[in-house]
Amino acid sequence: MEKTYYNPADLSKFGNISELQPEMGRKFFDYYGEVFKEGALTAREKALIALAVSHAVQCPYCIDAYSTDCLEKGADENQMMEAVHVAAAIKGGAALVHGVQMMNKIKELTM
Amino acid sequence: MGSTVKSLKGQQHELANSSFQLTVLQAPTQHGTQFPAFARRLQEHDLFPLKPTGTTILQVNMGKMCNQTCKHCHVDAGPDRKEIMTRDTMQLCLDALQHSPDITTVDLTGGAPEMNPDFRWFVEELSRLGRQVIVRCNLTIILANKKYHDLPAFFRQHGVHVVSSLPYFQASRTDAQRGDGVFEKSIKALQLLNAEGYGLEGSHLQLDLVYNPSGAFLPSAQASLEAEFKRRLRSGYNISFHNLFCITNLPISRFLDYLVQSGNYDAYMEKLVNAFNPVAAAGVMCRNTVSVGWDGSLYDCDFNQMLELEVALGSPRHIRDFDAAALDARSIVLNQHCYGCTAGAGSSCGGETVK
Ligand code: SF4
Ligand code: SF4
Repeated sequence: MEKTYYNPADLSKFGNISELQPEMGRKFFDYYGEVFKEGALTAREKALIALAVSHAVQCPYCIDAYSTDCLEKGADENQMMEAVHVAAAIKGGAALVHGVQMMNKIKELTM
Repeated sequence: MGSTVKSLKGQQHELANSSFQLTVLQAPTQHGTQFPAFARRLQEHDLFPLKPTGTTILQVNMGKMCNQTCKHCHVDAGPDRKEIMTRDTMQLCLDALQHSPDITTVDLTGGAPEMNPDFRWFVEELSRLGRQVIVRCNLTIILANKKYHDLPAFFRQHGVHVVSSLPYFQASRTDAQRGDGVFEKSIKALQLLNAEGYGLEGSHLQLDLVYNPSGAFLPSAQASLEAEFKRRLRSGYNISFHNLFCITNLPISRFLDYLVQSGNYDAYMEKLVNAFNPVAAAGVMCRNTVSVGWDGSLYDCDFNQMLELEVALGSPRHIRDFDAAALDARSIVLNQHCYGCTAGAGSSCGGETVK
């Protein structure tokens, strides 16, 4: 058994997920490749979005992969950290905005 | 400006020894993975033995002396390196060119080629021969001493094509790779070149920049990085240039030292090997270039030169014996560092090779 749930070497084995379900695996990777192509957004902008989302979903594989990708695509450190703040702001905001629901409930239950 | 940093040779570092570098390149990884031999990968794509397609570029290394000591330098150049080309050897280059009309371009590199006392004489002679001269100018040399301040004007007079390194459009990553204060000086030098007419839209005075990643990662698409460099340099410093050449750092000399020291070597090699692209392999620069060392020895490229891998036995091995037809019949000498030229969109002194 592995001693940890995450092993950095597993990142390069991502493609292996197709072994147990080749058809869906292929569709996923085709789609993935298409998503990250230069389009209305540049490949660099997409890498920065992916970096932010990686932090929001807290996936260590994605954080490694998209930190590298952002560097390769010429993003600078400020842009990368600002992207992480965007993720943090949305995550924090998402928690806080539920405070309204809490306040509604307080109102409903109290005199 | 990083000039206090010593070359690997100056430090008597084991990686200053080219055979030790080759031993490192051929060893299995820490986890025991043995990367396939580069020659075998070429064989799988019917590219072995690798043959020239016809030599059109002579790359001349004018010496290892440099005013900088960049961390990624594959030449191990620096102020403490004294090996430079003599005027006699330059004359042999001129003689060779006279008999080789197909070689239309002469690419001068170093070290800082401008520090060679016969540099200007050589450029004048080369332009007299009607060859396109490329100078790989590190930019800071223009400001390093009063005697170099007129280099932009000298370049213009001889229609020299200037190719200059600027690893990033901000100080942090540029200085980390090339030494403290290099970014600021490079910006000033680029402004001087622009003032001379270099790099302006529509100008025939060609100014191209070279981007090398400042760390253990690969360059990505050249066109997109070029657009970003143009946008940032124009808005931040009012600088124009023509093309950006993205060059992969090859795992040799000081970049190899950096990879080993930082614990990135295995992963970097794995990245290069996994990114092998047969289309890039077919377009490697050694197929149309011959490289001349400071002492006149001949090599397939500047990287082989630094690894002391001379052109194959049986070919002319010194500029005094230069024979374009005999050299075009040679097989190119390959080793594991060649994976750096064939990764992704490919890498050469002119940037990406897969268009
Ligand atoms: S990379 Fe160029 S400028 Fe830097 S030390 Fe080497 S030769 Fe000199
Ligand atoms: S390192 Fe030199 S010999 Fe090897 S592929 Fe690149 S240019 Fe050719």
